[in-house]
Amino acid sequence: MMASSYNAKEEDGHHSGASSGAGAAKNRKPDNTAFKQQRLPAWQPILTAGSVLPAFFVIGLIFIPIGIGLYVTSNNIREFEIDYTGESSNSPCYSCAKNVTWNSTEPCFCTVNFTLERPFESNVFMYYGLSNFYQNHRRYVKSRDDRQLNGDPSSLRNPSKECEPYRTSGDLPIAPCGAIANSLFNDSLVLYYIDSNNSQSEVPLVKKGIAWWTDKHVKFKNPGGNSNLTAAFQGTAKPVNWRKAVYELDPSDPENNGFINEDFIVWMRTAALPTFRKLYRIIQKKPGATPTLPSGNYVLHITYNYPVLSFDGRKRMILSTISWMGGKNPFLGIAYITVGSICFFLGVVLLIIHHKYDNRNTSADIPS
Amino acid sequence: DGCSSLRLVLLECVGEENWVDSRTVYIGHKEPPPGAEAYIPQRYPDNRIVSSKYTFWNFIPKNLFEQFRRIANFYFLVIFLVQLIIDTPTSPVTSGLPLFFVITVTAIKQGYEDWLRHKADCSINECPVDVVQQGKVVRTQSHKLRVGDIVVVREDETFPCDLILLSSSRPDGTCYVTTTSLDGESSHKTYYAIPDTMAFRTEQEVDSLHATIECEQPQPDLYKFVGRINIYKDKEEPVARPLGAENLLLRGATLKNTQHIYAVAVYTGMETKMALNYQSKSQKRSAVEKSMNAFLIVYLCILISKAVINTVLKYAWQWSPDRDEPWYNHRTENERQRHVVIRAFTDFLAFMVLFNYIIPVSMYVTVEMQKFLGSYFISWDEEMFDEELGEGAQVNTSDLNEELGQVEYVFTDKTGTLTENNMEFIECCVDGNVYIPHAICNGQILSAASSIDMIDASPGGYRRDLFFRALCLCHTVQVKEEETVDGIKRGIHQGRPTSFYISSSPDEVALVEGMKRLGYTYLRLKDNYMEILNKDDEIERFELLHVLNFDSVRRRMSVIVKSSSGDYLLFCKGADSSIFPRVVSGKVEQVKARVEQNAVEGLRTLCVAYRRLSESEYEEACHHLMEAKLALQDREQRLAQAYDIIERNFVLLGATAVEDRLQEKAADTIESLHKAGMKVWVLTGDKMETAAATCYASKLFRRSTQILELTKKRTEEQNLHDVLFELNRTVLRQRSISGLSVDCLDFGLIIDGATLSAVLKPNQEGAGHGNYREIFLEICRNCSAVLCCRMAPLQKAQIVKLIKASKEHPITLAIGDGANDVSMILEAHVGIGIMGKEGRQAARNSDYAIPKFKHLKKMLLVHGHYYYIRIAELVQYFFYKNVCFIFPQFLYQFFCGFSQQPLYDTAYLTLYNISFTSLPILLYSLVEQHVSMETLRREPSLYRDIAKNSLLRWPVFLYWTCLGVFDAVVFFFGAYFLFDNTTFTSNGQMFGNWTFGTLIFTVLVFTVTLKLALDTHHWTWINHFVIWGSLLFYVIFSLLWGGIIWPFLNYQRMYYVFMQMLSSGPAWLSIILLITVSLLPDVIKKVLCRAMCPTATERAQVRCWHQLHLRLEVQIVLFLKLGCSCFSFSDF
Repeated sequence: MMASSYNAKEEDGHHSGASSGAGAAKNRKPDNTAFKQQRLPAWQPILTAGSVLPAFFVIGLIFIPIGIGLYVTSNNIREFEIDYTGESSNSPCYSCAKNVTWNSTEPCFCTVNFTLERPFESNVFMYYGLSNFYQNHRRYVKSRDDRQLNGDPSSLRNPSKECEPYRTSGDLPIAPCGAIANSLFNDSLVLYYIDSNNSQSEVPLVKKGIAWWTDKHVKFKNPGGNSNLTAAFQGTAKPVNWRKAVYELDPSDPENNGFINEDFIVWMRTAALPTFRKLYRIIQKKPGATPTLPSGNYVLHITYNYPVLSFDGRKRMILSTISWMGGKNPFLGIAYITVGSICFFLGVVLLIIHHKYDNRNTSADIPS
Repeated sequence: DGCSSLRLVLLECVGEENWVDSRTVYIGHKEPPPGAEAYIPQRYPDNRIVSSKYTFWNFIPKNLFEQFRRIANFYFLVIFLVQLIIDTPTSPVTSGLPLFFVITVTAIKQGYEDWLRHKADCSINECPVDVVQQGKVVRTQSHKLRVGDIVVVREDETFPCDLILLSSSRPDGTCYVTTTSLDGESSHKTYYAIPDTMAFRTEQEVDSLHATIECEQPQPDLYKFVGRINIYKDKEEPVARPLGAENLLLRGATLKNTQHIYAVAVYTGMETKMALNYQSKSQKRSAVEKSMNAFLIVYLCILISKAVINTVLKYAWQWSPDRDEPWYNHRTENERQRHVVIRAFTDFLAFMVLFNYIIPVSMYVTVEMQKFLGSYFISWDEEMFDEELGEGAQVNTSDLNEELGQVEYVFTDKTGTLTENNMEFIECCVDGNVYIPHAICNGQILSAASSIDMIDASPGGYRRDLFFRALCLCHTVQVKEEETVDGIKRGIHQGRPTSFYISSSPDEVALVEGMKRLGYTYLRLKDNYMEILNKDDEIERFELLHVLNFDSVRRRMSVIVKSSSGDYLLFCKGADSSIFPRVVSGKVEQVKARVEQNAVEGLRTLCVAYRRLSESEYEEACHHLMEAKLALQDREQRLAQAYDIIERNFVLLGATAVEDRLQEKAADTIESLHKAGMKVWVLTGDKMETAAATCYASKLFRRSTQILELTKKRTEEQNLHDVLFELNRTVLRQRSISGLSVDCLDFGLIIDGATLSAVLKPNQEGAGHGNYREIFLEICRNCSAVLCCRMAPLQKAQIVKLIKASKEHPITLAIGDGANDVSMILEAHVGIGIMGKEGRQAARNSDYAIPKFKHLKKMLLVHGHYYYIRIAELVQYFFYKNVCFIFPQFLYQFFCGFSQQPLYDTAYLTLYNISFTSLPILLYSLVEQHVSMETLRREPSLYRDIAKNSLLRWPVFLYWTCLGVFDAVVFFFGAYFLFDNTTFTSNGQMFGNWTFGTLIFTVLVFTVTLKLALDTHHWTWINHFVIWGSLLFYVIFSLLWGGIIWPFLNYQRMYYVFMQMLSSGPAWLSIILLITVSLLPDVIKKVLCRAMCPTATERAQVRCWHQLHLRLEVQIVLFLKLGCSCFSFSDF
């Protein structure tokens, strides 16, 4: 709410010039329009303590409940995070972390055990997280060819210059070209639940629905349709770091293979900050009342392919439930509560000021 | 006889002349007879007028060159080129497109204007002209005219080039001309043909003329021309006649009241005086522009230091190779091989490019547009329209709009500026007898003249009649005998409604009219005879021999006439100071007393004297004059000498008094200016008493004002040094006594021209150079009003210069109406011309022209105030919004490995300043009114709130910059903590860096637009439309930009980013939160400042608001009552 009033100045019409006869002179006379005379009717708000303080109270009263709501929601979200980089010698993936290079042909396996104290209700989202990985480096961000990824055949054969130095391999163009594609995250994670009689049962992981719908269906397209990808990618090379070609990313499902592989699409959306997480799999809620992930012991089987220690990076696996406001983020709720309280407090201060100063000013200025 | 003596004079002169800068024109292209003179073929330009700047071929290079000479454009060009050459974070499009836009728009505008000029040139150059060739009139095109051609011009035609009048259809060889299009003077001016050629009537006669004209090379002064015509007759010595400005018909002027004339072209094409006057005046720059440039330099420093910091940090951070080149992100071979210094330099440039938006292209465009469009409000202002004149205010330059709000010193002319310059004859005094016309003048009864016709009652016949005759003869008034006159009507409806007096000097008209009322009517000038109808209704004829024209240095004019009885009489009228020293007899004492008395009453006085010339004296005078007039060099000076010799040994006849009424609301205006904190100085050529009376009448001096006099009279008694020191002491003492008291005595200073030049003269006595100057300035600083009388035009400019150069560097404004004010108008920061009766020179040379002095009040207090706050906000806001824009990019570098990764998409980078945030501020800067016009006018003291560039001083600038930095930090870290490691969507999918940037950008656009909305005090429907419209445009654009796979782009990074963001709840919540947080401090600052220490402006706003509210409440109460009564009535 602001102090406001409509000023009463109205355009008093085009009263034609009082004197008649001076024809030439009258033409030069400026038009008596409200705009030209700067007399357009206007709302003239002024920010005084008196007029602003209701706004502060209103903001306070709206923000604090929202903040509390957000904070509670955020606190109700279950999130579990485990670092499996293996940089310390007692961690299970230590040997893998030591040995893995891009040249190694043998995959390295390791397992990490963990315990969920409380059960995870509803859908659980499985993320992998990387730290100190500069996906937002300029050289990296631009190193892609969106035309190629959109299935453009000429770009497939002749990728954009931006892809350098990951543009060609030997004489063959790389598909998909560029640093982003080349550094595709290729660890695979499998989750097992260890039930009370110590038997492991695999938790079903859904690999669809992790990428933006528009990315999968519009922005990313395989050259020449999804069938017979091998032929479509004939004459291109796989990215240097890849073990298998792009058309072998998910041979089981033609709708998830090639450029439209969801893991690939997720990776191609470069993260904003050097510590980031990306959606890996979704664990669907089971029908009935059983929690998606009951509390208990779990084991994570990792195919350790992705070296991060060379740049002092970390790898994490995150399990999280999601609410209407996304993942766990206490910051938003706290921020809302803080701002709401500040506004409320300022409202009180302004109330005092208003009583001390505004009235005095008014009474001084206007003899009643 | 006279003629041969003239020839002798001429021949003597010839040898002395320096012929280098003169030209010889062969009339009709006829060579002079052999032996008379060497034929010097000279080449002159043809009569083609080229006002256009470009041709078809050189338009692009020349225009580009001129545009890139501007430092800002050049800066953006450099940025653009850097982007083209090196690998930079943003595509060249981001800076190329705005630059291209700006350059193209300017080029199109200039091209269009030039095309119009071409067209105008063409139509002028091809308009038909009649030329006499071989005794026949031949029609040709204007541009084919050559110097030496004889041209025929008919009535109401415009002269095609500068011409020397040979003969006219009028028998006396004169023609009438208006120069409205040249200098705006609408009066008819008379031009003369030389007697030797004025008799030519037909083409054949004209063609038979064999003569050459020698004249100076073209120069731009419209009122100066010196030349000589040599006429060759068969086997005779050539006859030489002087040519002056009265013989030269200027291109652009129009022939009036004359059927046709024959004239010979002397200056053609670009050498005509009109063309030479096209040259533009020197550029004035406003204080706002200067502070804007200072801010720009600060921002340039910030920009460079940002780039340096980032470059240094980059290399520090990259020290370990796994950060420099991790396995996932290799450089290309080329890059790797580059030397590290080159790489660092390239990085520096890339950072510069990334942050270059902090100095926006669009600011210049917006400021230009604001000034250009904003200035229309002045010319549209109905209140500054003068019905009588039929004209409103004129804006000659829009660069100084905001300077109108910064004026500290106002220098005003008196006559015609403070006063009407509408003269009314009050009385005359002959030998101590006072005569007052009894008649009714212009429908008004003169109060003082209560019907006493003293003419017949008083004695003193001859002197008195001579005095009246003198006033009837000694003038340059023309008589118009038509029903309608194009010029200003000044007719007397005394049974002869058909005759009007027209003159460039209103004093003269008043005098001649006054004489008419006293019984002596000036009828006409016919065949060089002036005809007077005396009080016995007899016509007296005097042969007009010479007119010694008025000039402001001599301050007098004279005529030499020959009466019917054969007496040679010299009549002179002029200011008392220039007449009395030259008077040898007459009742000086009585007249002097009367003159002084009249002056005290604020009347303009002139003294009239005469001298009877003997035949030989006349011959001698004639000789002097001819000698001076024939000179090609220093003619002015020689004429002045000649005048000085002739105008002496006068017999004093009497004095006249003419009233010049104060202009309407002059006093009110001056009072307002005083209240607004301006110091008003009156600079006048008038005498002290008259000027002081006017000053009291116009409330420049009040009764309480203590007058300090610094006049010649005083300095004659004491020496200047003592007087100055004494005055200074008085002023200082007063100030120390009054101290805090509000109603302190104010001082008024009166200084005259002679003393002023003594003060300004460098001190020879070694007692400290310029010592007096400082003391004088010190005194002036403590005086609220200063009157400088007896000023020469140049002294006016000197005063302005003196104040301008004083150590506070105040902003000065000069206002005047006459040619003598031009120098100060040009000198002052802002020059304002009054569209006066003394011609248009002041208005033409001014930055703004207004019809009346009273309009100055609205001009400064309303328009000036508005323009200042508008442009101040514009400048500060532009810097603020670009800090908000760029600082997050700077912060982002710390999180992306100093890799120059832009935070925002290219489209956003490009369009942020061009379209998302440009219109609201432009509109704000055009229509904002922080207080209403009525308030500004009612409370002139509000002007003090913006004095001394108060809205653009460093603390304010610092506040805005800090606010910008704060907002940027809020945007960036707000988004950072919200984005950090969490999911934003309810389907678990993650956002990337472009969403991060878009989120920040959305908050940014909304915040800066809403910040402007908070600053807007005047919400018209246009403001609503533009502010909400531009936000809507941003949203729609973003939806569109992300909604399609754009085939021409080779990246699709923004595809669906905006929509995905909007589909996420937390994004909405964080946008709202961040906007609130970033607007909060500004709101609090505003509210607290207003509550704790409100400025006068803020108090006025509140007052206005309360009044409106009261009115509204009353209306509501009335309405309710009415409603109640209706209700109860219907109930009943």
